[in-house]
This record gives sequence, structure tokens and C-alpha cells, in this order.
Amino acid sequence: MRMPDPDREVLARRERIVDDLRAIVPGEGLIAAEDARRVYETDGLTAYRQMPLVVVLPETTAQVSAVLKYCHQHRIKIVPRGAGTSLSGGALPLADGVLLGLGKFNRILEIDYANRCVITQPGVTNLAITQAVQHKGFYYAPDPSSQIACTIGGNVAENSGGVHCLKYGLTTNNVLGLEMVLITGEIIRLGGMHLDSEGYDLLGVMTGSEGLLGVVTEVTVRILQKPETARAVLVGFPSNEDAGKCVADIIQAGIIPGGMEMMDRPAIHAAEEFVQAGYPLEAEALLIIELDGPAVEVDHLIERVVEISNGNRANSCRVSQSEDERLVFWAGRKAAFPAVGRISPDYLCMDGTIPRKRLPEVLNGMAELSRHYGLRVANVFHAGDGNLHPLILFDANDPDELARAEKFGADILRLCVKVGGVLTGEHGVGIEKRDLMPEMFSEADLNQQQRLKCAFDAEGLLNPGKVFPVLHRCAELGRMVVRGGKLPHADLPRF
Amino acid sequence: MTSLRPETETDLVDVVQNALAEKTPLELTGTGTKKALGRPMQTAATLDLSGFDTVSLYEPEELVITAGAGARLAEIRHLVSAKGQEFAFEPPDLSRLLGSEHAGTLGGMLACNLSGPRRLKAGAARDHILGVAGVSGRGEAFKAGGRVVKNVTGYDVPKLMAGSFGTLAALTTITFKVLPRAESEETLVLEGLTDDEAVAAMSLAMQSSCEVSGAAHLPSGLAGGTAKTLLRLEGVPPSIAYRRDKLIGILGKAHHVIGPEDSRAQWIAIRDVHPLADGQDRSVWRLSVPPAEGARVTAALALELDARWFYDWAGGLIWIDVPAGADAAASAIRTGLREGHATLIRGSEAVRAAVPVLQPQGPALAALARRVKAAFDPMGIFNPGRMQEGV
Repeated sequence: MRMPDPDREVLARRERIVDDLRAIVPGEGLIAAEDARRVYETDGLTAYRQMPLVVVLPETTAQVSAVLKYCHQHRIKIVPRGAGTSLSGGALPLADGVLLGLGKFNRILEIDYANRCVITQPGVTNLAITQAVQHKGFYYAPDPSSQIACTIGGNVAENSGGVHCLKYGLTTNNVLGLEMVLITGEIIRLGGMHLDSEGYDLLGVMTGSEGLLGVVTEVTVRILQKPETARAVLVGFPSNEDAGKCVADIIQAGIIPGGMEMMDRPAIHAAEEFVQAGYPLEAEALLIIELDGPAVEVDHLIERVVEISNGNRANSCRVSQSEDERLVFWAGRKAAFPAVGRISPDYLCMDGTIPRKRLPEVLNGMAELSRHYGLRVANVFHAGDGNLHPLILFDANDPDELARAEKFGADILRLCVKVGGVLTGEHGVGIEKRDLMPEMFSEADLNQQQRLKCAFDAEGLLNPGKVFPVLHRCAELGRMVVRGGKLPHADLPRF
Repeated sequence: MTSLRPETETDLVDVVQNALAEKTPLELTGTGTKKALGRPMQTAATLDLSGFDTVSLYEPEELVITAGAGARLAEIRHLVSAKGQEFAFEPPDLSRLLGSEHAGTLGGMLACNLSGPRRLKAGAARDHILGVAGVSGRGEAFKAGGRVVKNVTGYDVPKLMAGSFGTLAALTTITFKVLPRAESEETLVLEGLTDDEAVAAMSLAMQSSCEVSGAAHLPSGLAGGTAKTLLRLEGVPPSIAYRRDKLIGILGKAHHVIGPEDSRAQWIAIRDVHPLADGQDRSVWRLSVPPAEGARVTAALALELDARWFYDWAGGLIWIDVPAGADAAASAIRTGLREGHATLIRGSEAVRAAVPVLQPQGPALAALARRVKAAFDPMGIFNPGRMQEGV
């Protein structure tokens, strides 16, 4: 993975830069010592490591603004970071870049039940928002699996999802407003407690921009009343095709479950060995379908889901009879990653999305790739929205296995794109999928996205090396070639 | 005025390239139903996108539809309705308000980021857009997003197209998420509440677990003499019955319930702004504010202006009409907003030339918006000045 060449001049000025930044963020908010900096050398994509030039942990928006302004003036790169749980390397440091940690922005600023929203600093964890409002029956809907650790600022940067996206949306559908700092140090606000931000939807652009456009210093999210009840159905199928068809039939019947997860045979076995959730070991595919809402609605819809399942050759079907049992059904799915971790020294977690009906074809393709690369793969799948998480099993101590695993992963994502899907459903591009972007986008598509980047950050100082495989200077991207003045297609109707 | 009507992407590229070479700005249009939205423009030609009107993909089981930007909203509604589906954000048909012939096109709906009563639960057009393809103001074809419902690959450029009033790109195809239509609906009606009481009741309803999917209030003047607060419940019948009883228990006020058919008609009237459609000589504003502040905003305006209004989105959306005058009371309306924004939806060309139609932005944000415009349309060839001066 090639990162932009470090700027030697910046490296040579390191001491001066550290002193200048210390004047902005004094005391323990600046980390220059090598052993203390090492904590920040990687994120959730641990295969890649890089020591940052210096780590800065500001506490106020004014400090963030001053740091950005300073870096802008002196052409120093910046890598923003929340809790560092990114699975795509979004917070991988740069040797010549300031690592800007938002961890000290850890306060919830306002809870407004009348307007059903929470205003929070970006370093607050996803789960802490729910914990702050749950005594009133509220919660914050997006629930990425890292929710105990990941921050809301990181969620905004990555547009994080979770298992309830189909019904409740991703981060972008649950964020109402932002305060952010531009690379120039200017502070702007987008949206707020009202719906729809005025002018261009820059709130939508910022969400999922992976730290390349600005630094978020405050977030307004909407909160929802927790559904009164939830029940889950655990259904085993003799084939992936049957399970896929069942999912399509449920949606065709007008039912949008709160969660609908699928696991393939290797994932079922790994999970069952690990947590003994009572998963059917003879099944080729397993669905966990959760309905939430008032009990009367859940009971009504569960009956229909059971009918539909039986109509699709389900060979086992259990409906949770208690909250404990529902949690047991989920325990296996939630432990799927560590369960796979138990049967293999290492695993790579991929994140493509496909049109659901292409699932059997994609799973067959993966089985073929698995044979080709000589590596095992287990699949968990957000079946409702088509988001696949293949887990590739390998041993990182064998460099050849790591290389094969990465190639295998790239081939899986190519396959996703080939069937009409995308490279990433919720983990982000980061460095992990950066070089695969041309599989999905033409050069013109990518250049247009980079021009949008230029509107925010003309010098390319914010998180360079992420998302885009080839970096162009903004001046070069801005150049226009207008073809001659003669009217083409004189036969076009003009009236 | 010249009208250019390309039917293929290649022809569209040529048209834009030619306009760039001749430095002639273009007014983007679908079927022209929203021509009166936004600031008046000086353009040399119309770029008519109604030729891009085919549905290239509709897969109900995948919850996805791809159609041309020029496809008629009414036809798309009909198509998905036959499969029991809909756009969950309830795009309005503003034809009665704007005096146009029909609801317009998909492209127009996206360009104005329109949404209806269910916005407060299901989001706006921007929350349901999955992908776009089109030609930038640089005369280059591009695409962004995808056709699956969960995608974070690259910047969310499709969202940027929502509410961009055709100032960034001429779209050819748009991919939207569609969702199952609710099996049934009912509306709980509370009568005789003041605006304050109504906003408080709607807030309480929204804070409950009753999953209210529409919360509107018509003050007495627009409701035949008795104010009506409307709370919609959608879903399967046993669930609606349960939530209705629960909601009545929470609100404990005089009420009656209207059944599915009348409920549907009532919410179409709210969605399409029928209560203010009659006063064609008056200017209509659309205010988006924190919901709990709705009644405070109108109370302040009522002191100064001859205004009529009603609320949607539990108080967060205020439709208000005022005498047109020279400036449609723009400064009074915007001064009263602590947070949020006001958009002039119906106003004469003279008024729309005289006052900012969209909420003015602070200097840093306005400058950023101009840079975003330049990233897609550096020569200002698409709908110049439609949103703000220079954008």
C-alpha cells in the first residue's frame, strides 16, 4: 500500500512544528515522545502501521480551528481520528502529518426530548448517546458492531451502519446537524435541530467523507423511542438460494424487519462451536429475522414470516419465546467475528454490497476463489440490505498467506461490483479499498469526486492517501478543454 | 428562446460542450412545473431533459428503481404502487400551489429535495437517493453512488444533487430506494387546540412509541372554524388499533378518528399544501424550524403580518402565506427565525428577483457553496443564480 511521499521539508521542521502546535494546544494535549505516539500508529486495520509526525489532542473548537489554520499556512498534512476503530484504515497516520485526535471532545452538550435530538461532541461513543437517553425510553438507532468504542464523529466520517439499517437508516439518515472546521480554520454549521439543511446538502457530503473534507467538532443526532418489543425467528435452510428467496419474499410481502441477518455454513459452525446458541448445524444457510414494534404487530408479522419461511423449504424454524431466547439467537451472530478468530490465527473482514438476488452466484464465486487461493471463507450477511461480510481466514505470520488473503478479498469486491454492487457498504474505502476504486468508477467519475474535495481542501492536506487511488493537483483537475464552437448534432430538435 | 432536447447522453454532452464554447448559460428543465421555484435567471437557452424518461430498472424485491430524470412522478408512482410500494418520503405535488399542470418529474423532485408529511419519520428525497448519472457543467459525463441500498463508496454525490436546483449537473438517470406502502392508516384528530397546545401535543405524540407518521396542525382559520391537530398512524390494522388507543391515553384530549380513505385524502391535502392553494395573489413561504419552536415563530409573525399558516412535521415545517407586496415580508419572516431556514415557494418574478428566495448563508458557508458550484460547473452554465447570487 503506497502512501503519498513524505514531505522532507516538513520532516526537517518537525521540532519547530511541535513547538508551534504546543503553543496552540498546551500540556498533555500534545504528544511528541516516540513511545506515546506509538499508541496512534494504527487503527482497526492493524496490518498497516505508521508513526505520525506528532499527535495533537485539542479540547475546543477554537483550538481545532487554530491547528488547522496553522497547518494550512505551513502546508502540513492532517489525519483526523476518533476512537481509531476504522476497519478500512481511515485513521492511518502519515509520517509527515499531524494526527488530530478528537478524543477530548467527550461531552454530550444538550438533550432535547421535545425536539427529539441530542447535541454532542464528536468524541462521545455511539453507545454513550443511547445510554444518556435510555432512561426516557429513547435510543440512537445506528448501531455499528464497535458501538461501545467507536465515536459519533467517526460514525459521521464513515457513515456507519449496523444491523438495523434497512429499517432505521445509516448515520447519514440520523444526523441533523454539524459544526465543522474547514482546513482554513473557518468554522461553519450545517443543519441543526430543524430538518433539511438549507442550500447544498453539504451535511450529506460530509457524512461518509472519511476525514477528507473537514473536521467535525459538534454533531446533532435524532433520537427515537425504543420499540416496545422485539422478537426474532431463527430459520435454517437447505441452500443459500432458499434463504435468499425467503428474504426477497418477506420484503415483497411488504415487511421490513428491524434486522435480517444471514450466515453461511462455515459461519454457522464457527458461531455454534463458540457460543452454543442452538443453531441448526445441518443447515446450509441460517436467517435471523427480527421484528420490532408493539407486541400485537410483532406477533402478527411473525406469523407471516414463519409462513413465508416454510414456503421456502425451511428445514428448521424457531420463534423466540422470551427476551433471553431472542438474545441467544443473536449471540451467535454477534460473536461471529471472534468465533472465526478462534478457528483461524487471523481473518480479513470484507464489506461489499450486492443486489440481494445475486447472492447465490456471489457465494458460488467465492467458493471457487476459496479453492483457487487455498484459503477458507465464512460469510455473514446483512441480508435485508445486501451488505456482505466475508471473513477470509489466514495466518499473518505466513507472508504468502497474507498476500493471498488480500488478493482473495480484492477479487470478492470485484465480483460484488460485477454483479451490480459496490466496494463498501459501511466500512469505508480508506486505504483498504482505495486502489479498487477504478473497478467501480471511471476516471471521469473519480476526477469529479476529487474536484468536490478541492472545493473543501484545495491543497489536499486533509487525510491524503485515503479513498482516491491517484491524487491530482486541484489546478490540474480544474483545467477545462472545451471542444470547438461549432454546433454538433445539427439534427437535434431545437424549438 | 432556443430549446435543446437531447435524448442520449452523448447528445447531452455535445449540447453542454457547445454551450460552454459559446458561453451561453442554460436553464435546465424537465416539464417546467417548478419553473417558478428559485431566483429568476438570465439564460440564452433551455436544456429540456424530458427526453430522459425511461424506467431502466425496477426490482420491487430489491426495493430499487432507476429511471430517467425526465420521467413523470405521477407515472412512477403508478408503477410502484402496482407492486404495493411507494417513495416513503411522500413527495408532494405542488401543482395547485404553483399553478402548474402536474407534479413534474423525478429530476425536479430531487432538484428541490421535496418531501411530504412522512419526512419526520422516513426522511426526505435526499435520504432515498442511491445513485445518479448525468453530465456536469464541464460537459463531462459522470456517475456517482450505486443501485444498492447500502453504499459508502466515495463521496455521497447523489445527496449533493438533492436540493441543488439543477445548478451542478444535468442528470440523465436517477436511482431511488422504494419501500412497501403501509397496509392501512388512520388519523387521530384533536379539535380546538391553540397553536401552542397543538405543538406540545404533537411533540408528546412523537416522543411516544406510537410511531406517528404524520403530525400536522391546521389553525381554525384554515380548518373551517375549528382548529384540527392531525396524527397519522400507519401499518397493519391490529397495530394501528393498539397505537391509536395508546396515543389517546397519552394525549387524553377530545378527539375523533378518521378511517383509511379520509385519512389518505387529508394527508394528500396537507402534503400538497391545499390549505394555502387558493390565495394566488399571496406569497407562500416554507419554514423549517426546530419542531418545538413552531408556535413561537408564528406567534411573533402574527403580530406584524397579515399571515395564514399551518404546521406539518410536528411543528417543524410551517407553510405560511402573506400579502405579496414588494418583498413578501422576507425580512420579517427571516428575522423571526432563531434556527432553521425560510424558502419562498410561491412569489412573483419581481418578488423573487428582489429578495433571496433561499435562506442567505454566512460568508464562509456561502463561499464554500460557490466553490462546490465551481467544482461541477466552473463557467456557471447551469441555472446560474437560481439558488443564490453566483450559485
